[in-house]
Amino acid sequence: MLKPHVWRPLFVVIGIVVLILLFRMVYVPSDFGVQERGYTFGYHRLSNEQEWKQFPGKYKDSNYCNDCHEEKVASLNASQHGMIPCENCHGAAMNHPENPEQLAIDRSRELCIRCHSRLYMPSSDRNDIPGILPAEHNVGIECSECHNPHNPSLEEM
Amino acid sequence: MKRRDFLKNTAVFVSGVSASVAALEWLDPQKVLASRSDLRWGFLVDTHKCVGCGFCVKACKVENDIPVEANVTRTWVERYVIKKDGKVLMDSPKGALNGFTSEDIDQNQSGMKKVADEEIAQAFFVPKLCNHCDTPACVQVCPVGATYQAADGVVLVDRKWCIGCGYCIMGCPYGVRFFHPIENVADKCTFCYHRISIGGGNTACAQACPFGARQIGNLRDPNDPVTKVVMNQRVGVLRDEYGTKPQVFYLGLNKEVH
Repeated sequence: MLKPHVWRPLFVVIGIVVLILLFRMVYVPSDFGVQERGYTFGYHRLSNEQEWKQFPGKYKDSNYCNDCHEEKVASLNASQHGMIPCENCHGAAMNHPENPEQLAIDRSRELCIRCHSRLYMPSSDRNDIPGILPAEHNVGIECSECHNPHNPSLEEM
Repeated sequence: MKRRDFLKNTAVFVSGVSASVAALEWLDPQKVLASRSDLRWGFLVDTHKCVGCGFCVKACKVENDIPVEANVTRTWVERYVIKKDGKVLMDSPKGALNGFTSEDIDQNQSGMKKVADEEIAQAFFVPKLCNHCDTPACVQVCPVGATYQAADGVVLVDRKWCIGCGYCIMGCPYGVRFFHPIENVADKCTFCYHRISIGGGNTACAQACPFGARQIGNLRDPNDPVTKVVMNQRVGVLRDEYGTKPQVFYLGLNKEVH
C-alpha cells in the first residue's frame, strides 16, 4: 500500500492532467481533426479553409474594367500592348469606382524597363522584345512623353 | 510423415491463413478511383515565355497583403545565365519585384558581375512559387496541425494555430516559406485560394502575366489546358529527388535549375 506522502503529490499530478484535458476540450474547436488528406497531411481546423476563401482580393481583371470602360478596353485590346492586363499599369482595381474613386496610374520609367531594358537572353522570349539601355536612352524623362503607352511604336503614331 | 499428420497440418495451415487474410480489406480499384477528389490544383510555368518583368511578384504582394518593400515574397523570378565555359550565374534582385532591368548579375559577396553577350550560351528566367506537393514535407513537420493540405491539394497555413516555431520553413526543400513580418506566423503561396475557389478564378500572378507564362488548372480534368500540357508534353519538376511530388510543372527546365 502506498503511503500518504506518495498519494498526495500523485493526486496533484492527476489533477493537473485532468485540468489540461478539460482545457483542451474547451480550447480545441470541434472541427479540428483528421480531414480528407489523412492524418499526416490533413490534420487541421476545417473552418480555416473557409477563412482563406474569404480573404479580400485586390485585383479584379480586365473583364471587370470592361464592364464600364467597354470602348477603351476594346480599342486597347487591339493595340500593341493589348496583352498587358489593365491593372499592371493602372493599379489594382480593389473596390473601384467606390474605393478608390481614381486609380493611380504608374507612368514611371521603372515600369516600362521591366520589359524594355535591353538584356541578352538567348533562350527566353525577352530577346524578342524591343529593348533600350536605360542609362543612355533619354535619361530623366518619362517614356510616355514620346511614346503612347498603349501604342508605343513611334512610326505608327 | 503419416497421412493423418499431413491432413491435420494442412487443416491448421489453411485455417490459419484464411483467418489472417480475412483481416485484410479487399479494395475495388474502381471504387478507390471514384472516391478521389475530382479537383486537384496544379500549376504550369513556361520558362520560354517568361521575360522577367516581375509583374507577377508585384501582383502577388499587393493581392495577398505581403509588405511590398519587405525582403520576403510568396513568389519570385530567378535569372539564369549559363556561360559558354559552363559557369552558371543566378540572381533574383528583390525576388524580381521590379523586374530585371540591369545586365549586372548580383553574385552576393563577389559583387555585381556583367557577362558579355558573346560569352553567354543560355540565359532565361524561372518563376518560382509553392509547389503544393502531394506529400508536403512542410506539413509533416508541423507540431500543432497549423499547416495542412486541403482536399483539393492546396497547402495552407492556419494563422490562428501557427505558433511560429519555423519547422515548416526549414522543412520546405524549395524555400518558399517565410515569416510574415506583420502577422508573425509562417506564410506561403496559397494558389490565391480566395480567387481560385470562386468559379473561373485565376491566381493574381497568372492573371498579371502578359505572356501566359503562368497557368493554374485542375489536374483531374483531362480537358483542362494545363492538364493537357502536363500529360502530353515534356514537363519537369523541381527537386524531384526529395520525394515531395511537387505539382508545379515547368516547360523548358534545365539541369542547372534547382
